[in-house]
Amino acid sequence: MKPAPFDYAAPNSIEEAVALLARHDGAARPIAGGQSLMSVLAFRLAAPALLVDLGRIPGLDAITIGADGVTLGARVRWRDIEKDGRLSGAHPLLAAAIAHVAHYQIRNRGTVGGSLAHADPAAEMPGIAVVCGAEITIVGARGERTVAAGEFFTGALATVLDTDELIVAVRLPPWPAGRRWGFEEFARRRGDFALAGIAAFYDTDAAGRARDVRIGVIGATNRPCRLPAAEAALEGRIVDDTAIAAAAAATRASVDPPDDLHAPAAYRRALAATLLERALARARR
Amino acid sequence: MTSRRTNTYIGAAIERFEDLRFLRGRGIYVDDVPHATTLHAAILRSSVAHGLIRVLDATEARRRPGVVAVITAAEIGPVPVIPIRLAAWPSLEPFVQPVIAADRVRFVGEPIAVVVADTAARAEDALEAIALEIEPLPVVADRDASAAGAILLFPGAASNRAITYEGRKGDAAAAFRSADYTRREHFSVQRHTAIHMEPRGIMAEWDRIWGRLTIWGASKVPYPNRKILAGQIGVDPALIDMIENDAGGGFGVRGEFYPEDFLIPFAARHVGRAVKWIEDRREHLIAANHAREVECTLEIACRRDGRILAFRGHARADLGAYVRTNGVMGPRNVAQILSGPYDVANIEMDVELLLTNKTPAGTYRAPGRFEADFFRERLIEMAARDLGIDRIAFRRMNLVPTTAMPYALATINPLESTTHCDSGDFRQTLDRCLAEFDWATKSRLSGADREGRRHGVAVSCYIEGGASGPREDARLILEPDGTLSVHVGSSSVGQGVETIFAQIAADALGVPIERLRSVRHGSTGLVTEGFGAYSSRSTVMGGSAVLDAAAKLEAQIRARAAARFGCAPDAVLLRDGTAIGPDLAAIDYAALAGDGLVADGTFLNERRTHSYGAHAAHVSVDPRTGHVAVHDYVAVEDVGRIINPETLHGQTVGAIVQGLGGALLEHLVYDGEGQLLTGSLADYLMPTASDFPVIRGVALEEHPSPVNPLGAKGAGEGGIIPVGGVIANAVADALAAEGVQPTALPLSPPRVWALVEAARNGRK
Amino acid sequence: MTVRFDVNGRRAEVAVEPRTSLADCLRHHLGLTGTHLACEHGVCGACTVLVDGEAVRSCLMLAVQAEGRSVVTVEGLSNDAALSPLQAAFRRHHALQCGFCTPGMITTAHALLTEEPDADADRIREVLSGNLCRCTGYVGIVEAVLEARAAYRGHKADAAS
Repeated sequence: MKPAPFDYAAPNSIEEAVALLARHDGAARPIAGGQSLMSVLAFRLAAPALLVDLGRIPGLDAITIGADGVTLGARVRWRDIEKDGRLSGAHPLLAAAIAHVAHYQIRNRGTVGGSLAHADPAAEMPGIAVVCGAEITIVGARGERTVAAGEFFTGALATVLDTDELIVAVRLPPWPAGRRWGFEEFARRRGDFALAGIAAFYDTDAAGRARDVRIGVIGATNRPCRLPAAEAALEGRIVDDTAIAAAAAATRASVDPPDDLHAPAAYRRALAATLLERALARARR
Repeated sequence: MTSRRTNTYIGAAIERFEDLRFLRGRGIYVDDVPHATTLHAAILRSSVAHGLIRVLDATEARRRPGVVAVITAAEIGPVPVIPIRLAAWPSLEPFVQPVIAADRVRFVGEPIAVVVADTAARAEDALEAIALEIEPLPVVADRDASAAGAILLFPGAASNRAITYEGRKGDAAAAFRSADYTRREHFSVQRHTAIHMEPRGIMAEWDRIWGRLTIWGASKVPYPNRKILAGQIGVDPALIDMIENDAGGGFGVRGEFYPEDFLIPFAARHVGRAVKWIEDRREHLIAANHAREVECTLEIACRRDGRILAFRGHARADLGAYVRTNGVMGPRNVAQILSGPYDVANIEMDVELLLTNKTPAGTYRAPGRFEADFFRERLIEMAARDLGIDRIAFRRMNLVPTTAMPYALATINPLESTTHCDSGDFRQTLDRCLAEFDWATKSRLSGADREGRRHGVAVSCYIEGGASGPREDARLILEPDGTLSVHVGSSSVGQGVETIFAQIAADALGVPIERLRSVRHGSTGLVTEGFGAYSSRSTVMGGSAVLDAAAKLEAQIRARAAARFGCAPDAVLLRDGTAIGPDLAAIDYAALAGDGLVADGTFLNERRTHSYGAHAAHVSVDPRTGHVAVHDYVAVEDVGRIINPETLHGQTVGAIVQGLGGALLEHLVYDGEGQLLTGSLADYLMPTASDFPVIRGVALEEHPSPVNPLGAKGAGEGGIIPVGGVIANAVADALAAEGVQPTALPLSPPRVWALVEAARNGRK
Repeated sequence: MTVRFDVNGRRAEVAVEPRTSLADCLRHHLGLTGTHLACEHGVCGACTVLVDGEAVRSCLMLAVQAEGRSVVTVEGLSNDAALSPLQAAFRRHHALQCGFCTPGMITTAHALLTEEPDADADRIREVLSGNLCRCTGYVGIVEAVLEARAAYRGHKADAAS
């Protein structure tokens, strides 16, 4: 399982990296931590002519917490999120979800940008980005653009990224204190990709009703997405057993998973609803 | 037949010699053997499950950078087949595997060409340049298609059925006619396998001056494999040196004769250089033996009081595309040990071996036994429940009593092979297991709901056959410096045999273990004949051969000492590496060794040992996700005699966790086109450190084996045998309120969830 | 390409193809065969080495990405005189059989205990869940790592003083 041959470049700036990607017109691939790409190469599922290593580009590894939310540089690693004590307050959902990502060694090299670009439908970071309404900043040969996470993922392992484009950062909107949230996922073994996962959060008004309800699902659809029907079942309501049951029913009705090797569609549909119930039970505690 | 001295080392938790190199990263596995000029091989494998090779052209590949040769069937000439090593039978012959596909492929992964190049990466590059066209044929995707026979896989055979084994004892039909109670169920165990951590690997070097072949990476059965290779390649076996390096696990799969065991030595001779092939994990998953895919319709007949009168059943094994060296053993064992530790007078068990377009099957730790125990223990659990009898009382009343030893199991036809339980008290291990587990307390949890998880417990009994004959050889050498060397034909696949044999030899000779300079094993240059590591035989067979060699060496030492002392040999006292004469003069062995003393020992035995025991488990099930958690798992086994409690405990715990993998996680899944869907370790799920934290093992030595001088019984497999049955019964216990009755493994979350759903919907 | 990095405290300069993994570079270019390859797709953990003190899978890293870094392998955690406390605990608890996963277990556990010498059994199991072992069932491995914590606590205290 040796990769097909390729050339290697380690530019010192984004501009250089983008120029290399553009010049190779789809035959070059960026690599950062390589925790997804390296196994793709080992199986020869991809055979790029050039790998553009983003490892030497300064300024991509910062975690910035400010009035506009939490901004993660593309090269921020799972380990960096785990070790950043500020995040449990600044974005507890992010911290909780990222705790499920892969294993110890992978967490030391796997990056936020790599996960977003790889776009595995069961991955946590894309799911959090979508459910939170994150903005993804992209730089390419034609300049910089910002894409809403909800529009970034176009299918399993597919995104709007052009072959000459790089993710430089993702910004999660501010997380108000007192927000109710829950994250639940179910995987066969610790660190495996989830069979399904649910992230749910809402704010409460003075009467204790749920406002701005967000429910996102991973693993049970071909890309991370929100569940508008389940959100609507809770919006403006007290989150009690009845409301949760209604949201779970809406989840069952609206999630349309594929059958695959690891689970039939019916299982994932039921699992998503179960995890939603559990996430909401946690959120309202 | 017990040893004369008090044992110092046998039974002691001697820390392993092997660990000193393994822990420092200094083990020498086959890919670590230093060789400056070796070439590297990569193998083109079929991506089609069944088809005819229409185009195979390596012209372009031969021009690729670094490529030295491309070998196909055309370069080999008449293509040799791989003979059956165990339980050969004429009806099996049409189904054996050629070492390379010449015109037809029968599974995804079958070798078609070998590229030899200067680096492994370049050899892989050149695979992509081989022009290959395969005309697809209809795929025999499962047992039904195989049995139907609309597509015949082998032109020389009238069906896809290799053989049907019949396990027979008493008169099952009569017993069923007269029984108070009968029940019939259909069970299945999924295809899964060993996945030892080090993939396979071979390095072969051809010495053109002397016509010698040297082969590194030999394992398990180097002597039989040497014979097979010699016949295929036309080299005198005496000119083939099989060298056993450190081996990263075997569990029955490593070390059988595979196509690569011919192709790589052939390639080495073809190019006149050393050639190395290191299997990668992707090809391991499609090329090395699979195992365990057996389904069974099983009936039990009982008296009203719970006494089992008979078993009757029909099983079908999916053997994959070819009958390999040991491929029949698993299904054969299903027929033989169906009754396990229970006294069952009447048995009629047929096992059909069916060929399909999947990777061929072979043995994996406790072949057939894991499957048969799952079938039997599930059915017993159901029968006890139906009859309103406590499931432990039911088992206890049916266990083979001590007074019935040796106890004959079913006879297998064809071959008319019989085997006996050699000794033991099966009730004792059951009772000890219940006590260790605290059954009295834990069984109160049956069916209990704790925070949405439902709890269940179960216990099962089993026997473990081991120590296959016919023979093993050992050589003991008293070196000129007074140290000792042990050479054994048994092999190591990581069990710690170096330490075990040192313990046995040191005790047998009454010397400090530090005197044991080296223990070498498994390489054909060491002893004239050897058999290997399978069927939990290394310790018993090799150890008994070491005892024999030790007695002979001691006689030589005694004779030399007697000559020096001028006394009768009987008057010499041997102690701690010193010979002491009648006048209390002492001579160290070093002074008696001269240029070295050599003694060859052997052990012949056709009678197998049977360890036995009981396992108990406490699980909980989340009915909403189908997740099964194992909270406690206790194994009690009587192994006759414990040589090293630490290595034994390691075998037990490791085997249990492998069994939990087979019960809950592991599955080689194929689609209808014969494509393996679980082609990576991300999809083939093995247990990890966080899955099963509580595993407890207790070993007893209450009933030594009467069939070997050590009194030991094979003990490498007992840990895995009952796991599927115990876990499935515990899940059934947890979900008894719903009436959930698992009949198929693995108990994956989707399967358990679906059982709960079906049970609930069925009740509505 | 030429890549320069420190291996076990020594400077290495190696000519490799860009596609060469750090694992293959260590094994075949530098002769450090204690680092084992059991899957080559980032699942099994046998190839774990320390890069700048952090445990990484060397099959998921290119050798050229090690430029300027400091790499430690199982050989670098070993000496001839005696087993390290972690290695001795592995031996005492029979935490290995075939030995193939062992170097990855040692490097991973070393990284963990260096950083978290008070890691509890659950944390140890979580971290080691990225390292497959097919022989032991993990029980002895976890016991060994738990026991070895004492040595790392002492080490950390020494470093602080």
